[in-house]
Order: sequence, then C-alpha cells, then structure tokens
Amino acid sequence: MAHDSLYAAPPTAEAEPGAGRLASLRGLFGSWDAVIVAALVVAVLVASLTVENFASGRNAQFLLLDLMPLALIALPMTLIVITGEIDLSVASMVGLCSTLMGQLWLSSGLSLELICVLVVLLGAVLGAVNGLFVTGFGLPSLAVTIGTLALYRGLSFVVLGDQAVADFPADWTAAAVRNIPGTSIPVVVVPLLLLAVIFGVVLHATAAGRALYAMGNNDQAATFTGVSVARTKFWLFVVSGAVCGLVGIFWTLRYASARGDNATGLELTVVTAVLLGGVSIFGGRGALLGVLAGVLLLGVLRNALQLADVDANALTIVTGSLLIASVVLPNAVADIRARLHRRRQRHPVAS
Amino acid sequence: MSLTDAGAPERAAGDTPTDPGRQRRTLTERLLAVRELSLLVALGLLVLVTTLRNDRFLSGQSIKDLLLGCAILVILAVGQTLVIVTRNVDLSVGSILGLVAFATGSLFLWAPGTPWPVALVVGVALGALGGAVNGGLIAVARVPALVITLGTLYAFRGVDYYWASGRQINAADMPASFLRLGNQTVLGVPVLFLVALVVVAAVGFYLRSYRSGRELYAIGSEPAAARLSGIPVGRRVFAVFVASGALAGLAGVLYAARFGTLDAAAGTGLELQVVAAAVVGGVAIFGGSGSAYGAALGAVLLTTIGSSLAVLRIDPFWQQAVVGALILAAIGLDRLLALRVAARLRGRSAHGA
Repeated sequence: MAHDSLYAAPPTAEAEPGAGRLASLRGLFGSWDAVIVAALVVAVLVASLTVENFASGRNAQFLLLDLMPLALIALPMTLIVITGEIDLSVASMVGLCSTLMGQLWLSSGLSLELICVLVVLLGAVLGAVNGLFVTGFGLPSLAVTIGTLALYRGLSFVVLGDQAVADFPADWTAAAVRNIPGTSIPVVVVPLLLLAVIFGVVLHATAAGRALYAMGNNDQAATFTGVSVARTKFWLFVVSGAVCGLVGIFWTLRYASARGDNATGLELTVVTAVLLGGVSIFGGRGALLGVLAGVLLLGVLRNALQLADVDANALTIVTGSLLIASVVLPNAVADIRARLHRRRQRHPVAS
Repeated sequence: MSLTDAGAPERAAGDTPTDPGRQRRTLTERLLAVRELSLLVALGLLVLVTTLRNDRFLSGQSIKDLLLGCAILVILAVGQTLVIVTRNVDLSVGSILGLVAFATGSLFLWAPGTPWPVALVVGVALGALGGAVNGGLIAVARVPALVITLGTLYAFRGVDYYWASGRQINAADMPASFLRLGNQTVLGVPVLFLVALVVVAAVGFYLRSYRSGRELYAIGSEPAAARLSGIPVGRRVFAVFVASGALAGLAGVLYAARFGTLDAAAGTGLELQVVAAAVVGGVAIFGGSGSAYGAALGAVLLTTIGSSLAVLRIDPFWQQAVVGALILAAIGLDRLLALRVAARLRGRSAHGA
C-alpha cells in the first residue's frame, strides 16, 4: 500500500519476496544512520589529513554557512517524505520570500524586524496553498509542487523582475555571517540546532512523530487508528513553507541580495540529501540524524573537492553518484547476504 | 486507493466491476477525447485572443517560429509519457539532451566530414545508452525511478561538464548540411517539427494499438496485478527508459542542429518543463492514463503561452507563473473529472443497471 503513495517500486522489488532478504534489508536500513555517520567521520578525517586548509576555522565557517539553507529545508522535507509526500516547491518559496523581503524593504517603509516576521508568515501561506491542494483536493503532492515550483518562481520574477535589492543595513548582513565569539562557528548554527532538536523530538519521541511513519507505511490504516492524515500533512506543508521563509531571509542577508533567481535548483539538492540520509522515498522509513549526517557529508565532500582544486564540475558527478550509490549499495549488500545465507542453508557443513 | 490517486479515469471505472465493459470503454474514451479537445480549445482560445490583439501573431514567420520552438519539447514530452504511464518518471532527460548535444558537436570536431545521418544515429544510440543506465540501475537498486534519475540527472550533467570543461562548440565547427536541418522548412513547415510529428504519431499509435503498448497502461494502473497477469513488467519498464533516453538523444541532436552553439549547460532544468508538459497534457502522474497526443499538445500549449505573452506585451516574467497555474488547473480538472465519473458509475451500479 505504501508503494502506491509515491512512485511504485520497480517490479523486481516484490518479485522475489524471500523473508530473509526482507529482514536483512530492514536491518540495513535501520543501521543506515550509523553507516552515513561513519562515512561522514571518515570523510572529515581524510579531508583534514589530505586537503590543505580544510581543517581551518575559516573553512569550517564557510562550510557551515553554505550548508545552512540545505540543512534547514531538509528538516521539514524529512518529515514530509516520511509521510510519503514530497515538496518540490521549496527553492521557489525561498526565492519568492527573498524577493518579497527585498520589495517590502524597498517600498514599504516597515522596519526590517517586522518585514522578517511577515516573510515567515508569507512562507507559511505559500506552504498552506501546497497543503490545501494536496490534502483538500486530494491531488498528488509531486504534481502539485511541480506546479507551485513554476508558479512561485514565476511570481518571484514578477515581484522584482531581473532587478536585485541590495541595500540592506550592514549590521544585518554582517549578523548573517557572524561567528559565535571566540569560535569559527556561525551564529546562525544555533537556531538551526534548535530547530533540529525540535524536529527530532517531534519525529522520534512523540505520538505525532510515530503517526508520520504510520502514514507513510499505510495511509488508510493510519486513518483507522485515529490519525487525522489530511490535517497532519497540511500542517507539514505549512511548516515547510515557514522554514523556507526563514531560509529566504538568511539567503537574502547572507548574499546581501534579494533576487528572483535566489536558490534556483535547490529543491533537487535537498531531496538528494534527504534520500542520502536514508529516508525512503516510499515513506515510512528514515531518521533525522541520518539526514543531518547526509547534509554534512554532501557538504564536506563538495567543500574538500573544491579546496583540492578538483574541477568544480566533478562535484556534480559526486552528488549524483553518491545518491545512486546510497540506494544501490544497501540492496546489493542485501543480495549478497541473502545469497550467502542460502548457500549456508544448502551446505550446512561447509559453514 | 482511488481516492488519493491522481484520478486516472480507467481506474475509477475499474472500481465498479458490475459495470458493463462496453459502456466503461466508451466513457473512458469520451473522457480522453474531452481531455485532448479541451487542450485544443485552450490552445485555440489563446491563439485567437492573441491574434485579435496583434494580427501578426498568425503570420507565417511567427507560426514557423512557434513550431520550431516547441519541436524539441514535444519529443521529450512524448518520451516522458511512455515513462509516466508506467508509474515511473525520468528526470534525467535534460541532462541526456545536454550530453548528446555536446557529443554531436564533438563528433563533428573530431571527424569534420561525418554525414548528418551518422551523427543522428550516434546521438540516438548514446541517448539510449543513457536510458539503459537508468533502467539497469532501477532494476538493480529496486528503488523508484524518481531517486535513480535524480542521481543520473547530476551524473550525466557532471560528465557533460567534465568533458566540455568550459569549452564551447560553435556553428562554424559543424557542417552546413547539419545546421540546415535545424532551420530548414518543407512547404513552410520546419523539418524539426516534422520529426516531432513523426515521433508523436509513432508513439501514439504504439501506445494505442500494440499489445505491449497497452501493457504499459496495465503496469501503471496496478504493477502487482500486471505482474500476476503475466506481463514482463521488468522488461517493459527497462525498455521504456531506453526509449525515453533514445528520444532525449534525438532531441539532443536536433538541439545541436538548431542552436549551433553548444556548451555544457544545454538543456539544464528542462526536465521539469517536460514533466509539466506531460501533466498539462493529461498524463496522470501516478501512471495508467494519458496519451502521447495529449502530452504533445501540452508541450505546444506551454510554448505558445510563452510567445503570446511576448506578443501581448505582458511582462515575460509572468510566463513561469502562468505555466505553474496551468499545471495546477490541469491536475485539478483531472481530479474533478475522475470524481464525477466515479460518482456516476457508483450511482449506476447502485441502481442495478
């Protein structure tokens, strides 16, 4: 049933059921967090030892700043994908929030504090539109958010055209990149960690979080057990929009530029990071720790390759190969295990 | 499940087994006809309104530009239809197009005398190879095509960048006979559009009239049931990805012929436009329903919106917003039609007819 909620598994998935394989597959996915955290540790170690300047404070600062938008959006995206839905409009929401922030600053005369509040609210409204189409009209989220991806990006060009608003107060733009005093960790990491803890607690330690997994595994069964599937999904899309509002503010201030094409294409990177982090695109499986490790792994590899003067374009290959490897490897390993297991059963003496 | 589905008419009809088969078929057929008809009406209205505001919109040159502009998107959308009908998606088409376009240019650099049919065959074969990589990985990984083709979207584009490494291929590097292919017209119709028409007709006919074509709908409607009824699902899905790759390869060669200037960024971001064209054309994103003709009309409509906005002197920045609104309207309309059909069928079976 869960397979109906997004793209179905290719045929071979259920062709050879084999209880042994399913169990080992589940075991592997359960430990995927550990695998990806280990990969992250190895990547950091290798990069620190072999790549000049990687282990510098300045680089750590840039690395973290670069990863902020990705990490922030990955939080609600993880929850949404776990319920078996997807939100492809995130980057467009960031762009639209950014341009509206610029437009309001340019012409409304409101204080920047008030504008920021308005921008987050606007993000929530954009998310609510997604949620309404998905849950109110019962449309597939993939199609809806491809539609709003185009719609919101279009509107962000309507707001500012190809102009950019850049005259934000210097103390605000400086604050976006400032470090925690005495460290080389950007201040903005604090709200990120705060949000990550909130999302983590909700997902992993509350009944509402367990309900998200239930929805991803089986919508109808979840409904019968008293979970209000539609309302929960609606609010997830709203939260996703609000977080995109926050990212829009951060993006605008960090680059001191509100532009219609801000964050273009980010949606695919976010989905990549979430899947790399071990969340199943079928829904029902995944953990926030793995996703955060996936985000960091993606960032560390790209950053280290950049510093090592590897052709910038090789990074694109790395991103794609990582994603493919992260989904192909677990199944390949499970296959080999299952084969070994069968052989042992056939020749008990040999083992 | 039909309540949360994309609303494929066939499946809605299938919910009531008591319904006579003949009636079900005519209803479905009528709905599909309505769908393509409504697209044509929308297209007609758009052209009419634009022409009323500026009669040069229907001039020969402008129509020629329009047909030329939509040809590549039409070919890609038709390939995507094959994939989406089986409840999969191919996000790597833009990257395959870019890679093949650059490969075509490089082929001419490397062997200047290459006749263009050879380049065409090489390009289509390279595209099919990319599609086979997709299909093979999907079979090995047993994960949704969405994930794999998202990965190959990056991987193919990365290979393209790596290969091009900042170089650009210009029209001067390619033979005139090849470039003529991109702009030539036969009786006023661009050759590119004729190629697209052939592709639409061939795929449309295949989906409608061949057993294996019908089986693709069965796979998309209910993969498990299709497998139980003996359809070689794995082989069909693999073939569909090879076909989508080959068509993206064809589109890549035509792209090279049309634009003449190639760098590694060719076709970036095209994938979402292609999916949009298919969705607007009535191809249900959850498989099992839709036609190549609808997808082609969707691609033509999207392209026409672009040029009529320009003619109407509406800020071109509105274009993308209009496209987005159109996608939402199209899937909403699908949903509405499916609900009405389901309600009607329920009513009829309740009365014991």
